[in-house]
Amino acid sequence: MNEIIESVKDLSIGFNSQKGKQISILRNVSTNIKKGETVGIVGESGSGKSTLALAMMGYIKQGLFPLKGECLFKSEDLLKMSSRQLEKIRGRKIAMIPQNAGQALTPNLKIGYQIDEALKLHTELNKTERDKKISELLNKVRLPSPETMAFRYPHELSGGQQQRVAVAMALAGKPDLLLLDEPTTGLDVTTQAHVLELLRFIAKDTGTSMIYVSHDLGAIAQVSDRIVVMYAGEIVLEGPARKILKEPIHPYTYGLLKSIPKLSLAGLPASMPGSQPQPGSINEGCSFYDRCNLATDNCKKNSPDLEHIKELDTNVRCFNYKELINKNNNLQTSITKKSNNSEANEVLNLKDVSISYAKQKFFDQLLNKISDQNPTVKDINIDIKKGETIALVGESGSGKSTILKSIAGLLKTKDGQIKFENDRILSSDLKMRNPNDLRAIQLIFQNPDESLNPNHTVEQILSQPLKLYFNLSGEELKKNIIDLLKKVRLGEFYMSRYPRQLSGGEKQRVAVARAFAAKPDIILCDEVTSALDVSVQAAVLNLLQQLKEDLGTTYVFVSHDLAVVRAISDRVAVLYQGRLCEIGPSQNVYKFPSHPYTEVLLGAVLEPDPDIKPKLVAEDIVEEKPPEKGCSFQGRCPRKIGDICNSEVPPWQIGENGNAIRCHINIEELASLQQ
Amino acid sequence: MESNLITEDKQKNKLEKAFEILKTMASKPSGLIGLTIVLFHVVLALISPYIAPYDYKAISPNTMLLAPSAEHWFGTDSLGRDVFTRTILGGRTALTVTFFGSLIALLWGGLLGIFCGLVGGKIDDVVMRVVDAFLSIPWILAMLLIVSLLGTSTEVLIPALGFFYGKGIVRVARAATHDVIAKDFIVSARARGHSNMSIIWNEIIPNVRDAILVEGAMRWSWMLLGFSSLSFLGFGVSPPTPDWGLMISNARGLMSFAYWSVIAPIVGLSSLIIGINLTADAFAKALGIDRSTKAPV
Repeated sequence: MNEIIESVKDLSIGFNSQKGKQISILRNVSTNIKKGETVGIVGESGSGKSTLALAMMGYIKQGLFPLKGECLFKSEDLLKMSSRQLEKIRGRKIAMIPQNAGQALTPNLKIGYQIDEALKLHTELNKTERDKKISELLNKVRLPSPETMAFRYPHELSGGQQQRVAVAMALAGKPDLLLLDEPTTGLDVTTQAHVLELLRFIAKDTGTSMIYVSHDLGAIAQVSDRIVVMYAGEIVLEGPARKILKEPIHPYTYGLLKSIPKLSLAGLPASMPGSQPQPGSINEGCSFYDRCNLATDNCKKNSPDLEHIKELDTNVRCFNYKELINKNNNLQTSITKKSNNSEANEVLNLKDVSISYAKQKFFDQLLNKISDQNPTVKDINIDIKKGETIALVGESGSGKSTILKSIAGLLKTKDGQIKFENDRILSSDLKMRNPNDLRAIQLIFQNPDESLNPNHTVEQILSQPLKLYFNLSGEELKKNIIDLLKKVRLGEFYMSRYPRQLSGGEKQRVAVARAFAAKPDIILCDEVTSALDVSVQAAVLNLLQQLKEDLGTTYVFVSHDLAVVRAISDRVAVLYQGRLCEIGPSQNVYKFPSHPYTEVLLGAVLEPDPDIKPKLVAEDIVEEKPPEKGCSFQGRCPRKIGDICNSEVPPWQIGENGNAIRCHINIEELASLQQ
Repeated sequence: MESNLITEDKQKNKLEKAFEILKTMASKPSGLIGLTIVLFHVVLALISPYIAPYDYKAISPNTMLLAPSAEHWFGTDSLGRDVFTRTILGGRTALTVTFFGSLIALLWGGLLGIFCGLVGGKIDDVVMRVVDAFLSIPWILAMLLIVSLLGTSTEVLIPALGFFYGKGIVRVARAATHDVIAKDFIVSARARGHSNMSIIWNEIIPNVRDAILVEGAMRWSWMLLGFSSLSFLGFGVSPPTPDWGLMISNARGLMSFAYWSVIAPIVGLSSLIIGINLTADAFAKALGIDRSTKAPV
């Protein structure tokens, strides 16, 4: 088991800047991959983890080049090989599973054919042997009915199934080393848990070594034997997975683990200040110096070396790691947040709201009505109180963003009403709403790269709502912009910057500032933290909470991440296929009894703890359309009781904790089943 | 890649930015050649009245169809006029008419395209079908009709050419707008309740400007060719004004024994068109909207 398959020695990779300066992206990286071992490489975006992983298969992105060091695969340097030699190794000895299998598969070829191509290239099997091998591989990655599956096109499979096909293709050449670059990042929570489970099984079954690259410590925790933590192009901590996750002895890893919201904890995670330095900006000293609370003067001047600690079997790059060795029992802490006043008035009521994406037929268009018996979103009844944070949770296709859009007036509702402050019905047509109602509801989007105009400075971006709603100009406008920037903890000098000059977290702060510029009553947050790095996510969540406590704003918070929702929300509504499954105070929704779908979701959450394994209770099939009648979750429900689920819409039952569950199973029975 | 990695603290004003773009354009041989040619023609057009050695309309029976010599560098034409004088003056009208024509084409084509892209729906359908209908009419026939009805003065030619060459820009501007329109910052502006005009002005134009400008530069060279074709057919500039199209048309019958009077205007016209094309290409590359330069990875 101790045979080393690939070893990276003192590798530095960089590029030449326009001014002719050499800038390194990876600096002096050394690591070994042993046979049969799964190594997780974790780091935030820009930490160099993907560059390292790709170099391990002898691939260096255009524009980059190795500055020094080597990548030895079975004692041959991959970086010095010709492309002819590399061809023999890639696919056969080292295979890769891409992040987005949907884009990596050729859309116009059947998947059986694509796997066959891989087999032709990497093995000497004849046609019948290959056919047998294809169904064997499809079976191995647990795709249903492999025989018919081989004759399907990639678009006929769900995201999770496509990822499985990619795994099957990678396994075709019987590689010694599998490279996985964020293989589950684009998948739904439940699908992700299933794919990880499969990968773990394959690693054990075939004895293949794996390199698993991810920003998600939860996923890394599930599969890795050993973890390499990267920061600003360097390895800062390396060691056995359990040690790293339970007793991190590097301040960055420690802070990172603390900034991940956890299911078991109410309240907000602690955030790390600052952000990762840009390549080329580190001149001397430790790259983590600016963000470190253990830093001393020594750290500013000298860069620590990677030090091996024998008794912990760990490498660490820190002068002061000893301070962390026995400090780790307080990883499980969080910032408690002020709860809102439950007697407050209702500010927004959704009554029997349904939304349809169906195209109007010509006749209906004339009558201006939508005739869709089975709309995407149906029967949504939610009353939102002033000053609370209500979260809408569900997987992709659950209609959570759709509901948000129609509250904002961007999508017309089919039926039902949206009432604002109990007295005004908001028109479903944006143009019919009065300016004050438009001001009262503001949106923050998922990806600040798309939600900020790339050709505007921060000043221009923030002045838009101020000019529109308050007619400000001149000095007063400028004063307001500076105030807003202060509110989101950005300095005045940000005014003249363009979005491309800001980091992800800073961009999202600007987006938050723009929403607050309108002095809104309600802010709709659409997956606002999912495009951000973990440490930045915690900071943005804390900022949102702070602003809410100061200004009394109401949040409608949409997310697929149950742990984030747990951290920020007062109340949670769980959605499946555009229908409500469960709604209640967040501490109760996260306790049993739950709706079976909530149970599935909670079971699939990945915690950054190797001892908490996901509980997979339902299949990860994806349904295209909500069922015509009966319970929306009938297709996947692990607790389905019979025909009644298919024919009748389940009734609402109120649990003793105050959470409402929509299920045919009696709530006490549900509680005993889930114990 | 680098500009994303390294944030520049220093803010650049617009003039510096324009200069930077010019510098990037000139950094490649094709861009440098293109810019030089265009600059040469523009300077020539400005100073030619002062440096022309002869009177462009001086007819002389004594000097008919003389071959190039020290006295007449490019020879003389069938009416005894100096070809060199007429060639360096011949680009003036063409440049002026097509430059302003392209501006008009850019303005109406760009704005209509952006508007259609933004509002979509039935208005977009109707407008685009009308544009398609106009695209299907051979422009030169329509131009001939307009010119024969309204005359061949520049006040007629500029808007007429501007109109016909703007049709194509409508499509480009609309497509560029469609790329931007799905982005969240437009959705955000809509949700805030901004008017369409404000969204076009503040959010869309800064993001489609580059694509439309490049298209406009390409149209400029096509329009030059079109304008010269009109002159060649006798519907452009009226004699005795020197014009390349007209000169080619007058001299083509004598090509077999007095080639000089044809070659000079041809070289003038084609070098300008090549120059504009090269410049437009370099411009597109400098702005980073040229697809062919994107790395395959």
